[in-house]
Amino acid sequence: MERKSPVFTAFIYVCAILLAAVILAPLAWLFVMSISPAADLAAKPLRWWPQTADFSRYAQLLSRAENSAGAAFTSSLRNSLEVAGMATLAAVVLAVPAGWAVSRTPSVGWSLSMVIATYMLPPVALSVPLYMGLSWLGLLNNVFGLALIYLTILAPFTTWLMKSGFDSIPREIEAAAMIDGAGLLQTWRIITLPLAAPVVATSALFAVLLAWDEFFYALLFTSDQRAKTLTVAIADLAGGRVSDYGLIATAGVLAALPPVLIGLVMQRALISGLTSGGVKG
Amino acid sequence: MLKSIGKILLGAVFVGGLFVPHAFAETTLNALFMAQAAYSEADVRSMTEAFTKANPDIKVNLEFVPYEGLHDKTVLAQGSGGGYDVVLFDVIWPAEYATNKVLVDVSSKITDDMKKGVLPGAWSTVQYDGKYYGMPWILDTKYLFYNKEILEKAGIKAPPKTWEELGQQAKIIQDKGLLKTPIAWSWAQAEAAICDYTTLVSAYGGDFLKDGKPDFQNGGGVSALKYMVDSYKSGLTNPNSKEFLEEDVRKVFENGDAAFALNWTYMYNMANDPKDSKVAGKVGVVPAPGVAGTSEVSAVNGSMGLGITAVSKHQDEAWKYIEFMTSQATQNQYAKLSLPIWASSYDDPTVTKGQEELIAAAKLSLAAMYPRPTTPKYQQLSTALQQAIQESLLGQTTPEDALKTAAENSGL
Amino acid sequence: MSGTWMTTRAWLLMLPLLAIMVAVIGWPLVDTVRLSFTDAQLVGTAGNYVGFDNYAKMLTSSNFTRTLTTTTWFAVISVAAEMALGVLAALLLNQEFRGRAVLRGLMILPWALPTVVNATLWRLIYNPEYGALNAALTQLHIIDDYRSWLGEPGTALAALIVADCWKNFPLVALIALAALQAVPRDITAAALVDGAGPFNRFRFVILPYLAGPLMVALVLRTIEAFKVFDIIWVMTRGGPANSTRSLSILVYQEAFSFQRAGSGASLALIVTLLVTVLAVVYATLVKKTAGSAA
Repeated sequence: MERKSPVFTAFIYVCAILLAAVILAPLAWLFVMSISPAADLAAKPLRWWPQTADFSRYAQLLSRAENSAGAAFTSSLRNSLEVAGMATLAAVVLAVPAGWAVSRTPSVGWSLSMVIATYMLPPVALSVPLYMGLSWLGLLNNVFGLALIYLTILAPFTTWLMKSGFDSIPREIEAAAMIDGAGLLQTWRIITLPLAAPVVATSALFAVLLAWDEFFYALLFTSDQRAKTLTVAIADLAGGRVSDYGLIATAGVLAALPPVLIGLVMQRALISGLTSGGVKG
Repeated sequence: MLKSIGKILLGAVFVGGLFVPHAFAETTLNALFMAQAAYSEADVRSMTEAFTKANPDIKVNLEFVPYEGLHDKTVLAQGSGGGYDVVLFDVIWPAEYATNKVLVDVSSKITDDMKKGVLPGAWSTVQYDGKYYGMPWILDTKYLFYNKEILEKAGIKAPPKTWEELGQQAKIIQDKGLLKTPIAWSWAQAEAAICDYTTLVSAYGGDFLKDGKPDFQNGGGVSALKYMVDSYKSGLTNPNSKEFLEEDVRKVFENGDAAFALNWTYMYNMANDPKDSKVAGKVGVVPAPGVAGTSEVSAVNGSMGLGITAVSKHQDEAWKYIEFMTSQATQNQYAKLSLPIWASSYDDPTVTKGQEELIAAAKLSLAAMYPRPTTPKYQQLSTALQQAIQESLLGQTTPEDALKTAAENSGL
Repeated sequence: MSGTWMTTRAWLLMLPLLAIMVAVIGWPLVDTVRLSFTDAQLVGTAGNYVGFDNYAKMLTSSNFTRTLTTTTWFAVISVAAEMALGVLAALLLNQEFRGRAVLRGLMILPWALPTVVNATLWRLIYNPEYGALNAALTQLHIIDDYRSWLGEPGTALAALIVADCWKNFPLVALIALAALQAVPRDITAAALVDGAGPFNRFRFVILPYLAGPLMVALVLRTIEAFKVFDIIWVMTRGGPANSTRSLSILVYQEAFSFQRAGSGASLALIVTLLVTVLAVVYATLVKKTAGSAA
């Protein structure tokens, strides 16, 4: 073990505090804005800490009174949950058989590479036909239509993660079950999936985060409360007639809470997922 | 073939997930409005509530987007089976919407009483090629707002009558140390900048088009942009104006950080509301000034109308709703943030009470409203002009060259 | 079980995924190619065949070259900064100090924050009249006067890059950190005994372990940066004077604001081609680094 000089130790602590400040300052400011009275936010010099904390904007955005700003926000929250939920569920359902197939039969692996390569395509390259296609199917401004498109963003990632997960489960265990007369589905149910459960969970979480973040397709393919997602709602709020910056900040805090909580709670799983993708390329 | 595969797969994936908990009244209308200028969201919501109370068999879903998203949302929703029934549209879009069949022709629905009662300037908002594509709803132009307290402190007796005078007064305010940069505009790269520019073009007697070809690169069009650049470079204009939209201008004015500001009708009563504004009671409003020898006042036609989309399946109900929203009774009741389209309203004490100053300015400005060009390619023309304005302000090129390039890129 | 049956079964298991991908990505891509040779409008006219007109028009327009330059600057600088900051942060987090676990946990926050929220947050911070950045810098006497960060071409792109970096360098840091933890302790110890200085230790002992994972992060981030839309759309919409307009925003304008689906499609395909070329070059590099690291 290398012995560290006090100067070096001090340097490390200074850097660590600096890094923590860089990460936290903007986030803390977002929260402070959300509870500061509007006058404080327009004050010069700026008031960095509110004299009285004002949580009324949270109540305003989460109220469900008909045809109110709150109703618009909560409906976009519901849409985001529905779209992300459906797309994630479908992405995992598709990823399990596909990931398993590639893991056990590497000769079909090139098709997964093709699927993953679609990540390179800029969404604008698909948007016009997708727009026309969804229109033809009657799925514009519809949570199902949006979920279908999100599915194709999520599925390459979930399949890749599932494949890596299955790779680490020895074939011999499955083979043993099959020799005992278990069919494929039964083997999965009894052996493979329980062993792969952590990977399933990780890929589902990844998928939710990806879907929650999406903006471009939602901007193009949704037009009102029936399908508009949170990201578009926030962009609308920030671009519209809101003289109160605190309200925009509040919407931001609310939209950030679910993914940030997922991120904090599932830290370990997410980092291992990230790095398994990263290290193995 | 592929499309039907898509349909089948879609069914397969989402079967069982089909829960759509929407309770339907007999007819549901979807209406698109903007969350910017004119009537507030709350106003539109309570007008609509009054409508649905009177028509319990019709339900209206309201959608609000920023002005910047209004055009694209309307166009994109055309492909959607359950798109909007009623849309708010700007005076610059009927040409495009009529050409691309976005809106239906409602000429037959316009009654003689409407034709007689509504101000002629308002009608130009919804007309293209002699046909009517909706009812005017917001009759609006940009006024010159001023902070009475600051002008008084500076010893200025009356607000400016010419644009030159505006500069002189701003200079006095600056020299006396009352404000660093007294004038606020909305010059962000957006339609807002075009509205300010158009106001100046009308003051300088310029033309956007001549015989269908761009003409803003000559005469008044150049003088207008030069005025903007000079005002910006002289430091009399708030330099942040180049990233302001109307809402930013309002915020700056309400915070007492601007002596003069060009903005729409709605700012008058909002800036006079002590709840949000620090300048309540000190707000003055006059028509945007003129240019000596050329014009007395200047104004841009910033009106907007309500129309029925071609994809609407409830066109009769949609028209009923539009009639209600544009009726004199409704408009008189909500005349604080947007003035009525009806001529006789301007002499109605219930409308004028408490905003006599605004009404006085409106009578002059509304008569002087100058149109932005009518062309199906307006969006492209506007984009090119926005770039020209911003490049000139930033000193990347001269106003003359910038406008010449814009004329080439205008698509006309 | 026979090999052919295994393969057939594998294909059957992959079928749902592949079918969806073909329907929702493959077909639109092919259709975009078709559209790019027509003068189709977004709504209404289906369009006539116009050959390579759209491509010629787009490639020669000054808008395209300018936007390409802007996008390249954005991608190169933001990705380079994210890599450098990410590796530095990872080296720091690989040291032992109190609170290290907490700090590692914090790193996940910017990455989890939705892009649109991040953009909105930074737009508020950069606000020229009431923003926190102007307030902080004037109160610290670093600048005398409030500035228009997103209103000047000189600072707007930089401001966007800072916002983008803040969100993305923690991801690079986490990937690099995981790779650092795979470096065996005895190797660094041996290098120390050999008298290698800190720089040489990093260059010859640690970097080979980092190269592979970092290459992957580099590829992913570059592709993302080239496709950038959300953050610019929310923060500047391409202004001032189009100085922050990215390729994706240009395509959006062409296809959706101006409704010219045909030329929009051709522009989108040009962008796709650029990204593909980049990715192929990178992939070759990844293989090389992977080879040399092994």
